[in-house]
Amino acid sequence: MATMLDQTMAQKRRTLGAAVLANQTFWVLLAVVLACVFLSFATDSFATSKNLYNITRNTTFVAIIALGMTLVIITGGIDLSVGSVLCLCSMILAVVMHAGYSIEVGIAASVATALLIGAFNGVLIAYLGFPPFVVTLGMLSIARSLAMVASNNTVVFQFGPDHDKLLALGGGAWLFGIANPVIYMIVLALLTGFVLRWTRLGRYIYAIGGNEHAATATGIPVRPIKVGVYMISALSAGVAGIVQTGWLGAVTTNIGAGMELQVIAATVIGGANLAGGTGTALGALVGAALIEVIRNSLGLLGINAFWQGTFIGGATILAVLFDRIRNFRQSE
Amino acid sequence: MATLEITNISKHFGAIQAVSDVSLSLEAGQVVGLMGDNGAGKSTLVKMIAGNYRPSQGTIRLNGSEIVLHRPIEARQHGIEIVHQDLALCNNLSAAANVFLGRELRRGFGPLRVLDYKAMYRRAGEIFRELRSETRPRDLVRQMSGGQRQAVAIARTMISEAKIVLMDEPTAAISVRQVAEVLHLIRGLRDRGIAVVLISHRMPDVFDVADRVVVMRRGRKVADKPISQTSPEEVTGLITGAIERG
Repeated sequence: MATMLDQTMAQKRRTLGAAVLANQTFWVLLAVVLACVFLSFATDSFATSKNLYNITRNTTFVAIIALGMTLVIITGGIDLSVGSVLCLCSMILAVVMHAGYSIEVGIAASVATALLIGAFNGVLIAYLGFPPFVVTLGMLSIARSLAMVASNNTVVFQFGPDHDKLLALGGGAWLFGIANPVIYMIVLALLTGFVLRWTRLGRYIYAIGGNEHAATATGIPVRPIKVGVYMISALSAGVAGIVQTGWLGAVTTNIGAGMELQVIAATVIGGANLAGGTGTALGALVGAALIEVIRNSLGLLGINAFWQGTFIGGATILAVLFDRIRNFRQSE
Repeated sequence: MATLEITNISKHFGAIQAVSDVSLSLEAGQVVGLMGDNGAGKSTLVKMIAGNYRPSQGTIRLNGSEIVLHRPIEARQHGIEIVHQDLALCNNLSAAANVFLGRELRRGFGPLRVLDYKAMYRRAGEIFRELRSETRPRDLVRQMSGGQRQAVAIARTMISEAKIVLMDEPTAAISVRQVAEVLHLIRGLRDRGIAVVLISHRMPDVFDVADRVVVMRRGRKVADKPISQTSPEEVTGLITGAIERG
């Protein structure tokens, strides 16, 4: 028995290296690091503290939503409404504060809006069997339209008595000069990672994506959990909206337009599979970071901004290529 | 006293009568082979015992007291475990994660309880050793053979104190060597005093491992007799209807 155990242990050590090499997140992280090293040497402007501050902060908005999106995608779903939900939540916050309410009331209203939208999406998907694509596509349209209704399609840039508090919340750097949004992103990522790895809820989210029928058969509360992940996804969009409002200092009805595609790209680049069952919090961050580094570097290298979409799209497809190659090898 | 006593149970889906007026008792440490053609009502009967369906009529008694099952989880709480034909496994999770799915071991206090990976790997490893299966707890189910997957599904029934294990065609989709393994496993369950119901199309398996054979045809029980008092020929006749009643 002891020898058997030793053999197993030895095998485990051997396969640990292989597991890292087979991990998409690892390769993407490597790409991010290599790109950063290259850019530090190739340009004078990349490795400056101001630019790094900008990159880390710009990454956060996509990354925070990608965390929520990761949960949805692990269950085998999709949430196309996040960009519009970000806009609506920002606008609710802005309108409520503009009307003279405190920042607490504004944030509460914004968060409540997000949770309500998530619950609506989730109930239609989990209990009434609507396809996630259709429900959240509808919500993409509804939420942005409601943002226009709420603001009468104007730009809001005065946030009442707590104006400065809101700007400090999103634009400040309270801890060691790290931009506040980055702190929020790290905290939320740690929380998401913890839930996925160490709690029953996380385990069940993976189980639902792996085999929903099996999850139901073993007594997992599949429907409430599915509603929950759509609520978390909307909430992550709401939080990103609140933080972004504080950073920008103004809200228009076109913020977050097309953001859902960036978020999904980040999630997929980070190793989540749209078929469900795989994905990690770290992957979401790494995916979001790669997208931002690509965007930033194109600017610094003097490449026309029109090329951005090509590079980001190419990176998305390339990241999934690793997964396909692995599958081909396995099926042989 | 019988472990499980089913009395005059029936189930209809709209106008379709899937099971009519079946009575059946299961004894501890006994393997009952449940046979019948497709659509004879075997699966429906078993799903009523497992809490998937509620009977239209009739009662189920466990150790003498009547139980009403609304959900599979309630059946499991009563010690009734089922191994589904499709095994109901999550390919993206490890063997141990599948074994403990829905019943994860945790450590810590109150709301701060986290999954206890170590304990689950250890316990799953023990069960696989007991089953003499080569399945490793950390391996993903995606990478496993049919026999190993079967071992994972059966290991699920062994983490709790099961009184009754219902098996739906456990030997249908695996190799000959693995069939012998699964039958060995069934004997292991029996020796622990568990009542086993084995749904199978495979005559040799039932005659190899079962103590009793129950035959169903068109929703009715047409035979219920000790293996020693029947033959594969007779059972075949009962299944097809060539023999009216055993």
